[in-house]
Amino acid sequence: MRAARREDVIANIVIWSIAIAIIALLSVLLAYLLVRGVRYIDIGFLVKPPEVIRAGGGVGPLIFNSFYLLVLSMLITLPLGVGAGVYLSEYARQNEFTRAIRLSTQALSSLPSIVVGLFGLLVFVNATGWGYSLMAGALALTMLNLPVVVSITEQSIRAVPKDFREASLALGATTWETVWNVVLPSALPGILTGAIIAAGRAFGEAAALLYTSGMSSPPLDFTDWNPAHPISPLNPFRPAETLAVHIYKINSEGLLPDLRRIADGSAAILVLVVLAFDLLSRYLVTRLVNKT
Amino acid sequence: MNLRKRLYRDRLARTMLMVCASILILAIVAIFFFVSSKGLATFIVNGISPVEFFTESRWLPDRPAAEGGPVIGILPFVVGSVCVCSLAVLISSVFSVGAAVFMAEISPVFGQRILRGAMELFVGIPSVVYGWTGLSILVPFIRNHLGGLGFSWLAGSLVLSVMILPTITSVSLDALRSLPTDLKEASLALGATRWQTIRYALLPAARPGIATAIVLGLARAFGEALAVQMVVGNKKVIPHSVLDQTITLTSGITMEMGHSIMGSLWNNALWSMALVLMLISLLFIVIINKLSKGSAYR
Amino acid sequence: MSRLLPTLLIASMILSGCAKPKPQGFSGSITLVGSTALMPLADAAAKQFMAKNPNARILVQGGGSGTGLTQVSSGAAHIGMSDIFAEEKSGIDASKLKDHKVCVVGFAAVVNPDTGVTNLTKKQLIDIFTGKITNWNQVGGADKKIVLINRTKGSGTRAAFTKYALDGNEAIESTTEESSGSVAKMVAETPGAISYLALSYLNDSIRALKIDGIEPTKENISTGKYPVWSYEHMYTLGEPQGLTKAFLDYMMTDEVQRGPVVEGGYIPIVDMKTSR
Repeated sequence: MRAARREDVIANIVIWSIAIAIIALLSVLLAYLLVRGVRYIDIGFLVKPPEVIRAGGGVGPLIFNSFYLLVLSMLITLPLGVGAGVYLSEYARQNEFTRAIRLSTQALSSLPSIVVGLFGLLVFVNATGWGYSLMAGALALTMLNLPVVVSITEQSIRAVPKDFREASLALGATTWETVWNVVLPSALPGILTGAIIAAGRAFGEAAALLYTSGMSSPPLDFTDWNPAHPISPLNPFRPAETLAVHIYKINSEGLLPDLRRIADGSAAILVLVVLAFDLLSRYLVTRLVNKT
Repeated sequence: MNLRKRLYRDRLARTMLMVCASILILAIVAIFFFVSSKGLATFIVNGISPVEFFTESRWLPDRPAAEGGPVIGILPFVVGSVCVCSLAVLISSVFSVGAAVFMAEISPVFGQRILRGAMELFVGIPSVVYGWTGLSILVPFIRNHLGGLGFSWLAGSLVLSVMILPTITSVSLDALRSLPTDLKEASLALGATRWQTIRYALLPAARPGIATAIVLGLARAFGEALAVQMVVGNKKVIPHSVLDQTITLTSGITMEMGHSIMGSLWNNALWSMALVLMLISLLFIVIINKLSKGSAYR
Repeated sequence: MSRLLPTLLIASMILSGCAKPKPQGFSGSITLVGSTALMPLADAAAKQFMAKNPNARILVQGGGSGTGLTQVSSGAAHIGMSDIFAEEKSGIDASKLKDHKVCVVGFAAVVNPDTGVTNLTKKQLIDIFTGKITNWNQVGGADKKIVLINRTKGSGTRAAFTKYALDGNEAIESTTEESSGSVAKMVAETPGAISYLALSYLNDSIRALKIDGIEPTKENISTGKYPVWSYEHMYTLGEPQGLTKAFLDYMMTDEVQRGPVVEGGYIPIVDMKTSR
């Protein structure tokens, strides 16, 4: 019995140390990235275009590209993903078609992002004739993020109490009216969390984008907001290098004299945005949950 | 709005949602079709024997015919991937299962508040940032304190182990949480200590779920490309020690895709590697589904 | 709103097909794809060109020499940038492509200074890279193990070094780096390391070797004394026309050859007194 007690204490200590070690690792990692990077972030760094040979470049257009790509991909991913999630939770019967959808979702979620990127190169870049473009990148990101959005939507819709639906149906509403007016609003916090997770992933993804949105951007004219112009930042059919891709690229080219500065600064920005997304999702979820 | 219009809208919505869901099937079928059609060209068009492809350890895709012609062997890539990923999973499992037990049994409040938040942040950090950190801290550390070049199997595994930590933890946690409370209460009622309960009642009962978690972690590790490529050294030989450089399937593809000509044997062989990666990830899914079936019978 | 935005995008794209801006200088849009080694130069030249011709759009993309040659052959890009002669890449019909050599890059064998070596004969260099010599004391240096570092197979640097410094002998398998930058860093930090780099990457922490007593300098390369250099190519599918031709012509002007070419550490093609 004494031995058992001692074992219990030791196990307790071990498991506590594992938990503390993980927290310590995260804190050190974040502190390292932020301390090293934040000192390089100033207005010039945030707005100047990147340089390829000379020192002194910034990451302005890359930040824009990252966010714009994220918006584009979310415009495609959210309707499709939420739609599929609603279908699976509210409409799907137990049949082969439903099984096929579930299996596809699972398969899609485990695909390596580089495979999705290569597929994008073949189909969205070459077959469509768009070349490396934001649109190709957004579609590749959609393939990566769809499974996340689908399964989170399905989960949060299933969590909506049955009574809600029954009440609505009893009042004579159609299934769709019930979904639209009752189920979706109650499931909104969950769906939003899913959307933010997907957005975070889209923001940091690089492997799938190397072959789809490309590793370079044309010089952009930030006064030209006509999406049809080739140098307009909004043109979805121009190539676009994102911040995450930039870190990879400058490392693999190794030409920049101030590579460390750019990479550390960019990494810090990525981490700050990830933190911001995380806080945002917490804030939104608590607010929405408290309201309903 | 009259009833007919409402019913029409109901049917329309149903169809639209079904189309959304069908796109998932379309996407996976398209990926499978296109990647296979490129990946199989190595064997069908270029006539490389599949046996040689998997067992040959030389990779000379551009050797001119005068010197004996090209040799395509992906053994070093496969072995490298297996080495790097299995060590990563080994390291990560200990920490992940520990963390899951902590959150489920030891200190749910502290676990919920802080550890879960930490896990969410680990997931959020982009893989290039992991790669860059590995390159700037881990590689010099290994070089200065453990020897070798720093770029190594070990560096790749350590970076990956952090990246898959949240995956294994959260799935293991779900498995532990879904156990019936009777199990725990019965064990404690029999006079078992908390650790004995965890060790002899809870962990064995959650085994299929934890196994699923580990397989998912392994799948994620196999597919990770850039972070690994930045730290493993990319030497196409089979590593003998954890300090040796090695190469993985993913880093092989990212390194050479841009240097080869679309449609050439070399390029096709890289697509075949992508196909292998895809098949491995599908294999993992089959394993996971087998595991979850197993748990249903328990 | 969510439905409005895509509609607007598509509508404005269709409209833009009709509205052509008035020409002022050269106009239109061309794409350059390929070699990451040549990309910085092309990028700098494109910026200058566009400053002079505000209606011209020149998109420069990386992707590697292989991608560049693939895309120019298929017509997906107007210019394919390559570190290697198209004839030397298998899978490309080089007869359809027209070569425009825009500058020269020199390469040096580099070592960690602790190796105690400043000069190697070509024979010694080949023996080192093919694994026949494994310690620096066999070539008159310190008693240290030789650590080989290679660039990715298919990279222009590796191809040029293999061809002109190793006389075509393939280096044995070793640590492989994707980038010249990390090669420079690794050689500086690893005792006994040897690798090869473009001249623009040389710095004080690594030592560039003389080969057969000849120093790797721009002068020795342009006079043909030092053999390890290669052309940077811009390929077009057939004869270049319009904006493509204008840009290629611009690449050869002093504005580029004396500007970004020199700044980027390349050797101006106009200075070469020898050719291949």
